[in-house]
Amino acid sequence: MGGRNNHRPTETADPAQADGRRGGEAVFSTRGVTKVYTMGAVEVHALRGVDLDLYSGEFVVLLGPSGSGKSTLLNILGGLDVPTAGSVRYMDEDLSGAGDAVLTRYRRDHVGFVFQFYNLIPSLTARENVALVTEIARDPMTPEEALEIAGLPDRMDHFPSQLSGGEQQRVAIARAIAKRPRVLLCDEPTGALDVKTGIVVLEALDRVNREIGATTAVITHNVSIAEMADRVVSIYDGRIAEVRRNDRKVPASELRW
Amino acid sequence: MVRALDRKLLRDLRGSWAQALAISVVLACGVAMYIMSMTTLVSVERSMESYYRDQRFADVFAHLKRAPDSLRERIVSIPGVARAETRVVADVNLLIDTRPEPAVGRLVSLPERGEPALNAPYLRRGRWIEPDRPGEALVSEAFAEAHSLRPGDSVRAVINQRLRELTIVGIALSPEYVYEIRPGEMLPDPLRFGVFWMSRRELGPAYDLDGAFNDVSLGLMPGAAKAEVIARLDELLAPYGGLGAYGRDEQISHQVLESEIDQLRGMSLLIPAIFLAVTAFLFNMVISRMIRSQREQIAALKAFGYSNTEIGGHYAGFVGLIVFAGVLLGAIGGWWLGGAMVDMYVRFFRFPRLDLVFDVGAVAVSALLSLLAAGAGAFWALRRAVRLPPAEAMRPEPPPDFRATVIERLGLQRSLSQPARMVLRNIERQPLRSSLTCLGMSLAVAIMVLGNLNAEIIDRLIKHEFFWTQRQDMTVSFVEPTSGRSLREVERLPGVLYAEPFRAVAVRVRSGQVSRRVALMGLPEQRDLRRLLDEDAREVALPPDGLLISESLAEILGARPGQSVQIEVMEGRRPVRAVPIAGVIADYSGQSVYMNIKALHRLMREQDAISGAFLKVDPDGAEALFSELRRTPGVAGVTIKDAAIDSFEETIAESLLLLRAFTISFATIIAFGVIYNSARISLSERGRELATLRVIGFTRAEISRILLGELALLTLIAIPVGLVIGRELGAFAMEALQTEHQRFPVVIGRQTYAYAVAVTIVAATLSGLIVRRRLDRLDLIAVLKSQA
Repeated sequence: MGGRNNHRPTETADPAQADGRRGGEAVFSTRGVTKVYTMGAVEVHALRGVDLDLYSGEFVVLLGPSGSGKSTLLNILGGLDVPTAGSVRYMDEDLSGAGDAVLTRYRRDHVGFVFQFYNLIPSLTARENVALVTEIARDPMTPEEALEIAGLPDRMDHFPSQLSGGEQQRVAIARAIAKRPRVLLCDEPTGALDVKTGIVVLEALDRVNREIGATTAVITHNVSIAEMADRVVSIYDGRIAEVRRNDRKVPASELRW
Repeated sequence: MVRALDRKLLRDLRGSWAQALAISVVLACGVAMYIMSMTTLVSVERSMESYYRDQRFADVFAHLKRAPDSLRERIVSIPGVARAETRVVADVNLLIDTRPEPAVGRLVSLPERGEPALNAPYLRRGRWIEPDRPGEALVSEAFAEAHSLRPGDSVRAVINQRLRELTIVGIALSPEYVYEIRPGEMLPDPLRFGVFWMSRRELGPAYDLDGAFNDVSLGLMPGAAKAEVIARLDELLAPYGGLGAYGRDEQISHQVLESEIDQLRGMSLLIPAIFLAVTAFLFNMVISRMIRSQREQIAALKAFGYSNTEIGGHYAGFVGLIVFAGVLLGAIGGWWLGGAMVDMYVRFFRFPRLDLVFDVGAVAVSALLSLLAAGAGAFWALRRAVRLPPAEAMRPEPPPDFRATVIERLGLQRSLSQPARMVLRNIERQPLRSSLTCLGMSLAVAIMVLGNLNAEIIDRLIKHEFFWTQRQDMTVSFVEPTSGRSLREVERLPGVLYAEPFRAVAVRVRSGQVSRRVALMGLPEQRDLRRLLDEDAREVALPPDGLLISESLAEILGARPGQSVQIEVMEGRRPVRAVPIAGVIADYSGQSVYMNIKALHRLMREQDAISGAFLKVDPDGAEALFSELRRTPGVAGVTIKDAAIDSFEETIAESLLLLRAFTISFATIIAFGVIYNSARISLSERGRELATLRVIGFTRAEISRILLGELALLTLIAIPVGLVIGRELGAFAMEALQTEHQRFPVVIGRQTYAYAVAVTIVAATLSGLIVRRRLDRLDLIAVLKSQA
């Protein structure tokens, strides 16, 4: 994909300036995002002021321990949730104050999701699970293409109960990319898989990122996965602790954990 | 100290309160119907028994022309007879100043001294008559109420062609007239028929029956052979113009009461059974879902050392609490409905008192039946909970297996969207549950059809009898058969447009051992005012010879067209002849036998006698006609068709409305209970799936369509099935409820079907909307974090 430029490492806690992605336009731009949950009498500060830009086509890993706020951030980026304060912009659109209809529209047209537990529809075959999305998207690829890219060309007519975990996750990836999303958001995509299968899935994500150019954000607490990213954003206690650019992207097949 | 497990029970119950309530209410409906029927049944039966006992209701009845008092001794000596009461009974025309049309009074004699040995009137108000004060009478309560008569008021009557003034001294009831209807009529009409009790000393001479009687009733000894007594009595009375003795089973008031009791009994079984079946199904559905979603909890409990019995008992407790609530609610509701029913009965049936008897046994029985139904429903699910090995329970349930549906295997999948496929595959994957859901809704539809059936049948009966068969405006009957010439006199009366004669003869029809007392009706071949119809309301021609008999009578006699039956005439020269059956007609009430009037004249060996005439009347001339008829000697009674129908419909309309309201609310509750529970369970089973779709970008409306589409499809299948079940149940119920004297046409009109469909759709839509609100609150983030 054009404009890809991997040679400037940065080490700073200021993501707004320290990205070095001169050629890419900012797809997401968050400023001062906070999220407070009230659980009974207790207020939980999940995010405490996050400024972050994500650029077109880059592969970002959001790294952090559980409870750090990374999932909350991903949910806000994906339009599943809105921040308590601060602004979230996707291209020219302000997501921070959007209502349900706008967010549904946004998810439908622009976002692909991959979940830790796949969330496939058990009553639909692999092909049909993908078709679920292609039927409502504006400019989708065919389910077959999507499954091809996700690396599962030959088990299209199997139901989820007939597929292994890794295969199910690749169906989920195919389902996420079939609408040609601008952003692909993955929440612990390998969390339920063994190393070998996990790597197959990560390879699929990498290929998808390259081939359709979607801005890909993967959240994980697995430090090894960070090696394959363009940038690694570490989150701790609701704040961005560090943004690091990888000098050399390690191919997924070489990862071990 | 509440155990932790019990606390879990209560919290689970609170967590699914709406579903638990829905089941409780469905159960409560069944229990309420059962208790209502049983309460009413027991109340009516007990009131009837004590009334019959206290007022000494007779066992055998007979009318005759005239017999000397001395015959009484011979009657009493018939083996099995405990008591006999001889009376003078006569029907007279009453003149009531406030009403233009004539009314018929039945005068019944009271003994000169003391109370009657049998059929004693029950004095409601006023006092007993004084035998030496002429003109004093007791009047039946229904008639008194209809005319606002009070003790002290008077009524004029044409007694044996002389106008007499009757002074009402008391208002009374009689076990013979619990259902106060004029013999030979189909509908009670308290405005135009009333019973008067007068002294024998006064009534006897008036009808030339001094020292004689024309009516006798018998009380039998326990274990007496009734048929034998009736045969002996007939023999004794034959020379005195006996019209055929009969038992209580042919006594009209008792007959109606009995068939009402039978209907209550039928109702107490059929409808509650449907509700119990639905309850069992709902329990099955809800408990299995609960156990499936609580696998880990069950495993943990077992790991902690809870025994299978304790865990089984825990879930059984859940069932038990819902059943308890349902039975309690149903018992209260049933008691209340029973009160409403008894109030309704008081309007149709005249009892000295009709006390609501709360049937504790019925509550116990319904509790037991409910527990059985609930147990049957929950059994398999409970067994699964108990059998689950702890280690297996710790693992999540394997993902459900799906396959392509029949429609797709047939190659029709191109037309289906993915959401449509999800709907179809879900239905097909759980065929048993889908069909049970469907059946549950069908039963709701069926109950709705049944609820309307009542009104339709009454409507059809009235149409059949009063508009299609009987087309006269008025019927005039003569005291004695008169010559055919009197028809011309009747025709000349003011207001009469047209008159058609009839000859009615009291006969006993016999075929082998079986016999029935009926009125044999002779009709002219060419007629307009009385048509004889078959089941499809097509006219059946009256043949020159032979009988047309009603279907029910043909069945009782076991005789078919072509065969002959014996006709024993009870009047005149009392001829006995074998007459062939020429055909069968549809007659829903009573048993009728028709014959060509000329053939009947030949049978009776008479010239051209007629018993009365059917009239077509000019509405403007009706009043003049009435006043003329009231003065005409020899006219025994006048029946006005419209008046009878109006008064009947007035009485019955409210009751029908009430019954219909019950059944509709009940059917709505079933429909709602089934659909709501199904939707809730689909929602809990598929919340994750639907949330995923929302995340992917499906709108609320789109995912609602998937969940509710399944229910909508099942509802659409359930509706026609329910209509068929409703019709079959209706036919079954009418078959079960029919008696010798009353049959029911099973006619279900389009509006009943339309109505059932509409109410079901509304109930389905309402429960859909409620579930839809829950869909809107689906927590998108939480479902993604958890494992299936």
